[in-house]
Amino acid sequence: MSTLWDFLSMSDANVRYVTIGSVLLAASSAVVGCFTVLRKRALVGDAVAHAVLPGVCLAFMLTGEKNPLILLLGSFLTGWLSLVVIDVITAKSRIKEDTAIGLVLSVFFGIGILLLTSIQHSGNENQSGLDKFLFGSAAALVGQDLITFGAVAVLLLLSVLLLYKEFKLLSFDLAYARTIGLPVRGLELLLTTLTVLAVVVGIQSVGVVLMSAMLITPAAAARFWTDRLGIMIVLAAVMSAFCGVAGAFVSFTAPAMPTGPWIVMLLSLLAIFSFILAPKKGLLARYLLQRRLRRQMTRENILKTLFHLGEEKGAYEGSYSRAQILERRQQPLLRMKNALHTLRRQGLVKESPSGWALTPTGKKEAQRIVRLHRLWELYLTQYLQVASDHVHEDAESIEHVLTPELEKRLEELLDFPTADPHHSSIPQQP
Amino acid sequence: MIQHVTDPVLEVHDLTVSYQRKPVLWDVDLTVPKQALVGVIGPNGAGKSTLIKAIMGLLPLNSGYVELFGKPLDEVREKVSYVPQRESVDWDFPASALDVAMMGTYGSLGLFRRPGAKQRQLAMEALEKVGMQDFAHRQISQLSGGQQQRVFLSRALAQDADLYLMDEPFAGVDIATETAIIELLRQMRETGKTVVVVHHDLQSAQDYFDWIILLNMRLVASGPTDETLTPALLEKTYGGRLTELSRVSELLHKKNFPIRETKPPRK
Repeated sequence: MSTLWDFLSMSDANVRYVTIGSVLLAASSAVVGCFTVLRKRALVGDAVAHAVLPGVCLAFMLTGEKNPLILLLGSFLTGWLSLVVIDVITAKSRIKEDTAIGLVLSVFFGIGILLLTSIQHSGNENQSGLDKFLFGSAAALVGQDLITFGAVAVLLLLSVLLLYKEFKLLSFDLAYARTIGLPVRGLELLLTTLTVLAVVVGIQSVGVVLMSAMLITPAAAARFWTDRLGIMIVLAAVMSAFCGVAGAFVSFTAPAMPTGPWIVMLLSLLAIFSFILAPKKGLLARYLLQRRLRRQMTRENILKTLFHLGEEKGAYEGSYSRAQILERRQQPLLRMKNALHTLRRQGLVKESPSGWALTPTGKKEAQRIVRLHRLWELYLTQYLQVASDHVHEDAESIEHVLTPELEKRLEELLDFPTADPHHSSIPQQP
Repeated sequence: MIQHVTDPVLEVHDLTVSYQRKPVLWDVDLTVPKQALVGVIGPNGAGKSTLIKAIMGLLPLNSGYVELFGKPLDEVREKVSYVPQRESVDWDFPASALDVAMMGTYGSLGLFRRPGAKQRQLAMEALEKVGMQDFAHRQISQLSGGQQQRVFLSRALAQDADLYLMDEPFAGVDIATETAIIELLRQMRETGKTVVVVHHDLQSAQDYFDWIILLNMRLVASGPTDETLTPALLEKTYGGRLTELSRVSELLHKKNFPIRETKPPRK
């Protein structure tokens, strides 16, 4: 607990730096990542992330020191080069983009590992820490590194803020953006550059292997919670920043723990959480909605059954036992029991010793459903020329969906009919 | 039957365009009069969309040039508005109908400037014109096909152009939407606008348009509706492709020949 307090109080300058750095890096890559995901270029981010490794190594080999600016420049150059190569391969050969991405990713990464290994065996004592680029190390984000990478991250955020409207249109409808005279080529170039930059600074905290998760995961998670681009971007940035801090905290308490994998793991948890729990789009919400609809259908079917039973007798007030209802309509007993209790609570049916009966409101509701069922049957026979013995199954499900608006249209189309194709009367609207 | 007009809104001169190194439009030469509802008609793969895209500068030209209001596109962009095919974008994009309509104002806003109250107002008015004001804040994937098409139209309207180029605005929309759209297009014509529409239903073309462009890899006809929608010209348009033309296209594609020896001069 006291470690958490030590961490949160930020009394240690080192902790302060690492935290600020993590937040900036995580947030900026999440913001840029939103556009990468929306432009369906998620895999490209992965390729760039792997392709920066040879750049880092080459920059180190040429200068013999770990100057952050030089390393940044080197990684930027090879990151860029990988994108150019992907584009050239896709445009000039029959190889499709996904194959080109796969090729470029592995070839560049392979060269990077090769260079890294040879540096490690070169005996240059400056090289210690270069392998941090593989999995990242937020704890190393101090001094000049922080200033350099932080500045780049701020630059990224500012660019997106300034060109938000342009990037939005570009991601949604590129052709239209061109027709209204936006400098699409330049903007695309800029967006690509921002992606490369985000990757270059992001590898400081998570490393090349896991970098694409920093771009994609926050965007994917945020998309579950909102339908507005602005909110999505902010949400992605906040989620990512939170995970960045959490990752920094982990490496603060246990220096042996790798920061990058921790950040990515936390982000993934957030994404899974969003996938399951997000309102409307989440798995759980969709399941609950389906269950609600199924229950509503069961209830409506019971009302309908009671109505049919009454119709035979010409009197709708009579009570019927569960067995009688089941005889008319096979259904799981438990589901029916639950439905009957809900119906009673809604005041649509009442229970008496002799069984269940429709209340006056219940009868009205039952009438509405039977009406929709029969209207639909009539519509199918008249407008779709479906044989009258084939329409029942269809109407069984459609009756639950029809809106009052459609009901009105059907009535008008069918000229206010009174009987369905099976000569049962269509109950009129009360 | 290719009729030319003086002082055209749109002039296409000797236009050849290819798609993935296969020519799909050969030497098209046409003019379109002011204040007209123009239908671009032809079978599948005739190059209708290609013509529109080439006019909007979205495809490289192998030969020829396009002039709008007597000028190259770059000088008159704000007077020309393009409605792409509905399927050309991903409707799951996080945006509302109003967001999309507002994009029509981006051109006049220029870089960096953010849309404000005025742009919002313009976009709302455009949505009203297509009867979508009640859906302004609906996420676009929750709209029906016809409604999405209307949103696309409203985006073009918000641009307040003089010439509109629409790629299949009636594809996959319900009758109600189609009637509403054509009514709107007629109103636009009344206020002096010119609308060019890619369309593939011959039946309705007769009463929708007053000028028809018949295409099938080459220009078959361009002129007033009653002179172009004749059995003879329709037979020429729909009576199978010119096999030689398709064969040459294939050859150019397979053998990697250049489509023109010289690039068209930049105007």
